[in-house]
Amino acid sequence: MAKKLESTLKNMVLSLTLISMVMSAALTFVYLKTKGPIEDAARQKEINAIKMVSPDFPNDPLPEARTVDGMTIYPVKKKNEPAGYAVKTFSEKGFSGHIELMAGFNADGTINSITVLQHKETPGLGTKMAEPKFIDQFFGKDPEDFTLKVKKDGGQVDAITAATISSRAFCDALQRTSNALETVSDSIKIIP
Amino acid sequence: MANLKYFTNGLLKENPTFVLVLGTCPTLAVTTTAINGIGMGAATTFVLVCSNLIIALLKNFIPDKVRIAAFIVVIATFVTIVDLVMKAYTPDLYKALGIFIPLIVVNCIILGRAEAFAQKNKVWPSVLDGIGMGIGFTLAITLLACIREVLGNGSIFNLRLMSENASTILVFVLPPGAFVTYGLLIAVVNRLKAKLNI
Repeated sequence: MAKKLESTLKNMVLSLTLISMVMSAALTFVYLKTKGPIEDAARQKEINAIKMVSPDFPNDPLPEARTVDGMTIYPVKKKNEPAGYAVKTFSEKGFSGHIELMAGFNADGTINSITVLQHKETPGLGTKMAEPKFIDQFFGKDPEDFTLKVKKDGGQVDAITAATISSRAFCDALQRTSNALETVSDSIKIIP
Repeated sequence: MANLKYFTNGLLKENPTFVLVLGTCPTLAVTTTAINGIGMGAATTFVLVCSNLIIALLKNFIPDKVRIAAFIVVIATFVTIVDLVMKAYTPDLYKALGIFIPLIVVNCIILGRAEAFAQKNKVWPSVLDGIGMGIGFTLAITLLACIREVLGNGSIFNLRLMSENASTILVFVLPPGAFVTYGLLIAVVNRLKAKLNI
């Protein structure tokens, strides 16, 4: 094999430049190849989450999405009739910060279903907020007469044992959605 | 098969995780579930094999004084490729591994093998070394992850072994459990090595 290049300035610059150029070309190629699938994956994830909380909706809610206070609201329609909303909401009050939920609301304003999109809560404690035992208590409830606070704080929500802070954050995120929906429903006039 | 020893080296004798104790950051952080362990192992193996291959090919073209910079460019390229591909085709796994995919760049195993092996050896042994080390790393972190998942979460590869409400030893999925399990496994591997005389 050829002798190793000497560490002269010319050789060093030449070698590093060539390697960087070839590697950037390779990266450009992979980036262009994966750009489409990455966007599809992100969109699919969003649609799956919406589907999970508001089943059987035939419309594509993504183009009609609107953003209020950092939350994304997707109007859900059935045969062009408004059938409710899916709201992507969040709270910064989790035990380890940011949590993200997708909440589905029926046209009459009751909660249809909720799914947890993202959280960093303690495994085995705060993570239970994604389990049916905790989540199911919200289904079918109307935030107007169901106080979205844990019982310790004078609300009606059964907190997760040993994870009150996570439960509070969950309620905080939900409360945010119903506040936002109130401002929105006036402008889109879906809820009669 | 003189080349075979380059391959088997990484499995036990110089296992990157248990014997060389390199790359402990992902080892401790992502091994909460067995799937994460395998995903991390596969990603690292891919980067390791590709970077060993390229560096062994280019070793005479890279002047000594800039070798680290050149290695990092090569490694970073492959890590970014893995990052993009995982994001596109396995979004769930990508979400679980999160920040640890980009951090493969600074995984000592990869730079360590480039520096200690690939730049001194021919292409074929370097590739074998990369595969061996990669498999050794994957086996090690998957074993660690299985133990932690079973004890801490009562499941393995996301299959439930115990009922939803069974009380598990929670500390094993938390960071301290990673250290405890890792330490015990190193002890077991040392004992095994002494017994087998390797």
